[in-house]
Amino acid sequence: RDSQQAETEHLSRWKRWRRTSSKSLKKALSEVRGLSSYLVLWRRDIHSIEGKFGTGIQSYFSFLRFLVLLNFIIFILVFSFVILPIIISKYGIFNSTIAYISPKNIDKNCTIYEPSGNKGLVYFYTYLKDLFSGTGFLEVTSLFYGYYTIDTVWISVMRYNLPLAYLLATFAYLALSFLWIMKRSGEGFMQNLVHDADPFQSYCNKVFAGWDFCITDPNAAQLKHRSLQYELQMDLQEEKLKQKIAERTMKEKLRIYSLRIFINIIVIAILSGCFYAIYRVTVFSQGNSNVSIRNDTRTDSPNLFMQYLPSMVITLVNFNGPLIFAFLIRYEDYAPALEIKLTLMRCVFVRLANIGVLLFSLWGQISNCDTDKCKPCGYNYKLYPCWESDVGREMYKLMIFDFLVILAVPLFVDFPRRLLVTHCSCKLIQWFGQKEFQISDNVLEIIYGQTICWIGTFFSPLLPAIATIKYFIIFYVKKVILIHTCKPAARPIRASSSNFFFLGMLLIGLILAFIPLGVSIARIPSSKACGPFRNFNTSWEVIPDTVLQFPTALQQILFGMASEAFAVPFFMIICIIMFYVIALARAHKRVVEQLREQLVLESHDKMFLIRKIAEAQR
Amino acid sequence: GAMGGSASLIPRDLLGEYQELTFLSKQEILLAYKRFSELLPKEERESAFSARVPKSHILTLPELRANPFQHRICHVFSTSETGDDSMSFEDFLDMLSVFSDSATSDIKSYYAFRIFDFDDDGTLDRKDLEQLVNCLTGQGEESRLSSAEMEQLIHNILEESDIDRDGTINLSEFQHVVSRSPDFASSFKIVL
Repeated sequence: RDSQQAETEHLSRWKRWRRTSSKSLKKALSEVRGLSSYLVLWRRDIHSIEGKFGTGIQSYFSFLRFLVLLNFIIFILVFSFVILPIIISKYGIFNSTIAYISPKNIDKNCTIYEPSGNKGLVYFYTYLKDLFSGTGFLEVTSLFYGYYTIDTVWISVMRYNLPLAYLLATFAYLALSFLWIMKRSGEGFMQNLVHDADPFQSYCNKVFAGWDFCITDPNAAQLKHRSLQYELQMDLQEEKLKQKIAERTMKEKLRIYSLRIFINIIVIAILSGCFYAIYRVTVFSQGNSNVSIRNDTRTDSPNLFMQYLPSMVITLVNFNGPLIFAFLIRYEDYAPALEIKLTLMRCVFVRLANIGVLLFSLWGQISNCDTDKCKPCGYNYKLYPCWESDVGREMYKLMIFDFLVILAVPLFVDFPRRLLVTHCSCKLIQWFGQKEFQISDNVLEIIYGQTICWIGTFFSPLLPAIATIKYFIIFYVKKVILIHTCKPAARPIRASSSNFFFLGMLLIGLILAFIPLGVSIARIPSSKACGPFRNFNTSWEVIPDTVLQFPTALQQILFGMASEAFAVPFFMIICIIMFYVIALARAHKRVVEQLREQLVLESHDKMFLIRKIAEAQR
Repeated sequence: GAMGGSASLIPRDLLGEYQELTFLSKQEILLAYKRFSELLPKEERESAFSARVPKSHILTLPELRANPFQHRICHVFSTSETGDDSMSFEDFLDMLSVFSDSATSDIKSYYAFRIFDFDDDGTLDRKDLEQLVNCLTGQGEESRLSSAEMEQLIHNILEESDIDRDGTINLSEFQHVVSRSPDFASSFKIVL
């Protein structure tokens, strides 16, 4: 306080006024921030988790909160651009009307589509069954793509092009997710690039920033002490191991590399087996839905089990894959940190590739054109008159099943385990012990769910709303599991590396989501019997169509940008900029090294001079 | 409610002054006042601003009781002339301000250096680092690292942070190495 007051006396009047005004501005900002902190979702819950379990697990829950917000914003985006105009015109607000699409130049057969919304008296359980399998009464609601067979919406005298809005909303939510994730992971990524020493393994980081000052519970503190001790000992051991590895002989290296190649081949074989199994199950499940192929009509299987068969197989593979990988990687003799990373990479790949395989096998069925079935329309129109709704339905089922599994596992596995451990003192059960909160498994679960949501939103616009509610409920479920059944992990993951890891995996999921969406928008002909893209060959065509309606000058510019004459030089310029920046970074690193050496020399000089002074004084 | 009640106990200009001089927001200062006055015996609560709370009472706070650096924290932030590490309300606010979310990393690393400097000599030498590691791994014989492991660990730490190779870490080296540490900002904080 004294030093600040002394400072203010020395300033001129102008500067004093500036300082007081900036202070009052800061005060106002802090008031606003104080108010808005009340609005942050779940602030107190996450704070209490942080106090008891540390920042590693807290970062998982912050990640969950981020996903709830992301899905909510995506839903608002899709709702306001696609669903809201339809609602406005359905109720005739602002004098608005809808113009439905009339098919032009299309073979009559392609446009036959009679969704069997339940007519007449049905048993109540049919509604329940429809809710879970997305058929029946759900098929004709705005949940699925087939509902949006609307060309334009006239709001007073303005023409609202719904197909264009639908496609652009899809691109917009993908771009928004991409940018938001990049922004959140920006900091960790920069640090990783600039500093060559691996900051996550650095000893200084572990010792100086090791203790979590947020911990308030003495039991948690005890556990933290033990985990720090364990972590430091592990790192020291790993360092000794690395030295040993560096001293390996040529013969040993050959043996280990050939063993690794062999194990990788096994892993690839297992993965191919799983993918093939998913493919066969999807084909079988779709085939079972076609009850009377003789009449070339398709009615969905009444059997709920058959409908959920692909989801069940995928969940089974997702569950067993990590166990097999963890077992195999022990023989590959990697350093422990690398082991963990590799296992996680493989698990992520399996989970995301499963979704891809499901989609591609579906498309195989849809474009199954062996006996002239696709001639008029480009896809198998008899069995799949509205194929986007079918794909949307599979995504919906995946999401519902994922949610049910996440709810069921704690109920039937974790709570009984906890009850057994506390009440039964049998040796075997005590050896099993209480469950640890496995952050990586839980994160993979959420990323799997989020990837489904991203892919599925194009085919089923209400999916983000379902995802928001799902993650909202999952937050509370996981919190209850954490507090009541888990003990904190012996090997905690650090907060910074976890944040970067979660966002990196999410980004991989997003980029992998681009592929199926790209294929279905640009390659596969859109269904002619339903949906906003009836009159176009593919969904993408709505954009060139709109561009053709622009004035000629703008058209030429846009077509010029899309042609090779522009793309190739653009790509080359980007490469040149990238190489320049990399060279700059390397030069900076060299300067830093030189400055370090200079500092060492300076201190030697200082020591030398001090010794000289001491001698001279004698 | 509670906030309105305690707001009348801190004069407005003092509140504004505290907001300017520390990194805390108004709610945090009021909450700190409430918690501080709870540590005082009933008779002294009216003159909370001039009272000093003995160290033993401060250490009953839940945020500090589980902390292995509790004694160092009290020692560093106490301005008591008698050296008994008792804290006044302004010392308490000072401490909360340094540990708050909005404190700059310079301030945090400066105070972290002072907290880790167990012998108060202005540098972190081998003995300081050894005591630091023992605080981290816990009290008790079986939770300490073996001497070989301790040697290896201290050697690695000095290798990474001692730039001028004089065998100790001074303030600027410490601040440099902590600025590269991604976990420091999130672990070096206390929120009431």
